[in-house]
Amino acid sequence: MLEVRDLSTKYVTRYKEDVYAVDRVSLKIEEGKTLGIAGESGCGKSTLALSLMGYYFPPLHYISGEIIIDGQNITGMKPDEVRKSILGKEIAYIPQAAMNALNPTRKVIDFIGDVIRAHDPTWTKQMIYDHARALFERLGLPAEVLQKYPVELSGGMKQRTVIAVAVTLTPKVLIADEPSSALDVTSQKMVIKMLRDMMESGFIKAMIFITHELPLLYNVADDIMVMYAGQIVERGTAKQTVFDPLHPYSKGLMGSILVPESGLRSAKLTAIPGAPPNLKNPPPGCRFADRCKYVKPECRVTSVPLYEVGHGRAYRCILPEEELRRAYEHGE
Amino acid sequence: MQHTLRQVFRSGKFIVGFSILMTILLIVIIYPWVVRHPPLQIIGQGTFFPPGIYVNVYDAIHAPTLYTLNLEDAAANRIGNKLRQEDRVAMKEWLVAFGVPEDEIDIDDTEKLLALWEANYNPDLRLPGMTFARHRYFQRVNASIDGLLSTEPAIIAAPNSETGALEQKALIRQTDYANVDEVANVRILALGTDNFGRDVLTQLVAATAVSLVIGLVAGLIATTIGLTLGLLAGYIGGLVDDVLMFFTNLFTVIPTFVLLILISFSIGQDKRGAITIAMVIGFTSWVWTARAVRSQVLSLRNRDHVNLSKLSGHSVPRIILVDILPYIASYVVMAFILQVSSGILAEAGLSILGLGPRTTETPTLGLMMNWAMIYQAHILGKWWAYLPVLVTIALVSFSMNLMNTGLDQVFNPALRD
Amino acid sequence: MVNKGNPCLSGRGVTKIFGFGRHKTIAVDHVDFDFHEGEIVSIVGESGSGKTTLAKMLLGLISVTEGEIYFQGKKRDLSSGRKKQEYWRNIQAIFQDPFSSYNIFHKIDSVLLDCIRMRGGGNLPREKKVEMMTEACSFVNLKFAELTNKYPFELSGGQMQRLMIARIFLLKPKILVADEPTSMIDACSRATILDYLMKLRNETGMTLIFITHDIGLAYYVSDTIYIMEHGRFVESGSADDVILYPKHPYTRRLISDVPKIYEEWDLSTV
Repeated sequence: MLEVRDLSTKYVTRYKEDVYAVDRVSLKIEEGKTLGIAGESGCGKSTLALSLMGYYFPPLHYISGEIIIDGQNITGMKPDEVRKSILGKEIAYIPQAAMNALNPTRKVIDFIGDVIRAHDPTWTKQMIYDHARALFERLGLPAEVLQKYPVELSGGMKQRTVIAVAVTLTPKVLIADEPSSALDVTSQKMVIKMLRDMMESGFIKAMIFITHELPLLYNVADDIMVMYAGQIVERGTAKQTVFDPLHPYSKGLMGSILVPESGLRSAKLTAIPGAPPNLKNPPPGCRFADRCKYVKPECRVTSVPLYEVGHGRAYRCILPEEELRRAYEHGE
Repeated sequence: MQHTLRQVFRSGKFIVGFSILMTILLIVIIYPWVVRHPPLQIIGQGTFFPPGIYVNVYDAIHAPTLYTLNLEDAAANRIGNKLRQEDRVAMKEWLVAFGVPEDEIDIDDTEKLLALWEANYNPDLRLPGMTFARHRYFQRVNASIDGLLSTEPAIIAAPNSETGALEQKALIRQTDYANVDEVANVRILALGTDNFGRDVLTQLVAATAVSLVIGLVAGLIATTIGLTLGLLAGYIGGLVDDVLMFFTNLFTVIPTFVLLILISFSIGQDKRGAITIAMVIGFTSWVWTARAVRSQVLSLRNRDHVNLSKLSGHSVPRIILVDILPYIASYVVMAFILQVSSGILAEAGLSILGLGPRTTETPTLGLMMNWAMIYQAHILGKWWAYLPVLVTIALVSFSMNLMNTGLDQVFNPALRD
Repeated sequence: MVNKGNPCLSGRGVTKIFGFGRHKTIAVDHVDFDFHEGEIVSIVGESGSGKTTLAKMLLGLISVTEGEIYFQGKKRDLSSGRKKQEYWRNIQAIFQDPFSSYNIFHKIDSVLLDCIRMRGGGNLPREKKVEMMTEACSFVNLKFAELTNKYPFELSGGQMQRLMIARIFLLKPKILVADEPTSMIDACSRATILDYLMKLRNETGMTLIFITHDIGLAYYVSDTIYIMEHGRFVESGSADDVILYPKHPYTRRLISDVPKIYEEWDLSTV
């Protein structure tokens, strides 16, 4: 459904410095699948989401790579064209904290009208309303919401409305960036349920879900990609990544999960000391080397490729799979 | 602190505004050192002398040496000064109307034109359809060209103290020149004189200084009151907040300018000095500062670092001074700049209405506008009496607002580009 | 189950009401609690449950509308500045947002020097103070020599929060209120912060009160959990009792709504 090959993008700061936020990322999502992207703040996961749409505007710049949506290669398309024919129709994006960016003086129906008219200005008010009503019914949202202002909605309802607005034109791929992190657990669950229902009913064909909350990601995604310092450091199914992480960074992340389940109190949290490298001039070798317990001298010299280990599983570390697993079992 | 200053001075708008204001300030400071004339001294007998260099004619004649310069265009300039092109056209018009054939008249040949004029012009004659003003105009032209072509020197004579008869003292030839440097009295009136015959430029510089002081004093008073009330109301809250905000709201609904007019009026002309006016302006314009500071403090008061400071056992005054004030300092500086600027404008407004400082001691920008208006400088076209004042007011307030916008861009991340 | 010590902070009918008349909001509604010496307590609630208001009342930062708070068995008295200062020698806090916990105009040293002054060490020679600050920083694995003369914005969020723990290390209060100390920090650094807090408690034996919305965190760290909803405690008890065998419907819902990894996360109950 969505395929990305070796995509690299950068930010150019006010002082004309380059920040390499996404470094040769490749990914592939099959129809009906949800891909989860995990990582700490500043690891480039939100930038990746922006870059995936092929819609570049300063300070974000394209460097290299290809993006193929449903067989259509959109590499090198002009931003204007992307906006007209791709955004919202092929691929939709829910930015972080979008629900707090809604214009408070407009009704929900107006946001939907904006999306529709941007692609086809000939729609009448009645047509838009009928479409919106059908859409809300399909997504299980009450139709009264259409006539309300953002301030009149609760946090959970506001976020679900934002999602509904984003999928107005029934895109094939939905990118959701931290769609539930500002909500309380109950609203979060409602948002997740809505996204899951959309996937299950085939309303959207594929989804990319970005969050730093691993238990949530585990429950939403089929596959999980762990990002660190602009690179993918591990890729695999949700089960594999959470219960059998290979990369030392993924291992650290999984070791910081806190869920209210029996056994948690006897578990030991793992801490990773230090901070991620500065992406203005990333280190030549492994980007995790400075924080890694198992670091070897050669780690710092040459860059580490992403090793494929079969069945779509991959990790970026020079140590063999078995050695890593052994180290995790004993060396804690 | 250093970091902030460096950022501020990277903002183009701030630098432009700051440079304009500093230039004005420098002029205001340096000018009185160079030109030591009392600004309100009446020097001109008559109103609105145009800008220019005024050379004392008596001293020019009595210059130590008179130089002889044979300049080719001297005669032409002399004639041209009195007989302009439009006068020549008018003369031709008169002559044609009088009956002289048009092809005989060559207006570029001064000698021939004057000869024709001499022969035909009759000052008492009014051509049919000619207005009285036009008639007088021709009489004036006739008078001014009298003796225009003469090459005789002018005679300087003085009465003999005994006989009373005029005795020739010296001859001034047309090729005599005096060096301006050797003339004892030359006065540059770059902006002419005003209705009272006072040097506008000197007065303008003095007035700018006074107006800046008024703005500064008004701004200081307004900012101090606003800041104090805002800090107290915002930080202490509760009853103190309610009482202070009641007064602030009271002041908000009373139109400040009306209040200003009433207070100024009730003080009376004699007691209204520049500083009094500044204080009146200051005491009526603190309201917005107080409200703005209060709302800023309200949001700061619940910040964790304030809570932490409390937990560290610091006293309320210390918390206000150390943990609150620095956070709103940039905002207060901006408010202060605006207060100064609006203080200057308020003074100008009051003075135009005749409610400014008393007129005998100090000029202010507003008073200069007031005088220019009363003596109808704008109707008479005496631009030098009001235009420079307007430009100064505009420049001062423009530079301050520009500085403010620059600061806003530095301190307000949302406006940063 | 840990052996409970004497109650060091108790509340009876503690209430906080904001505003008057029609604009009245009851933030905390007649809550009773007993926090014992050396105990780790978590107060769990969603946003708007009144947990932060309660924390501020415990700290004495805002007044109590109704009810009484008892400190070490005696009624708490905060009527004068001196008494407040005395109280704050015994109870301290770590706040949620490390970025707003510092006065950005002050160097980091001043935060630590304040602590030394509070412990009565204001007149110690400079060398002794530096020694104390170095010790406190090394407790949280920071190097004082690298931090001195720096401003807060030159530190990362994790470093700032560790420095906050160093501050507590210097103050050695009897009670520490930690208001969402890890919610603004990346997962990897979260474990570090919790480790240091635990280490500090083990060394000083202080009472630790966590205020959090993260039920997993509460379960991991605490001996006792209080569940708060709309200003009231709906359930309290030992961590295992409350989390594994919840009785109140609100607690059950809260726990079922949190995504899990070992058990099935039931989405049908929304």
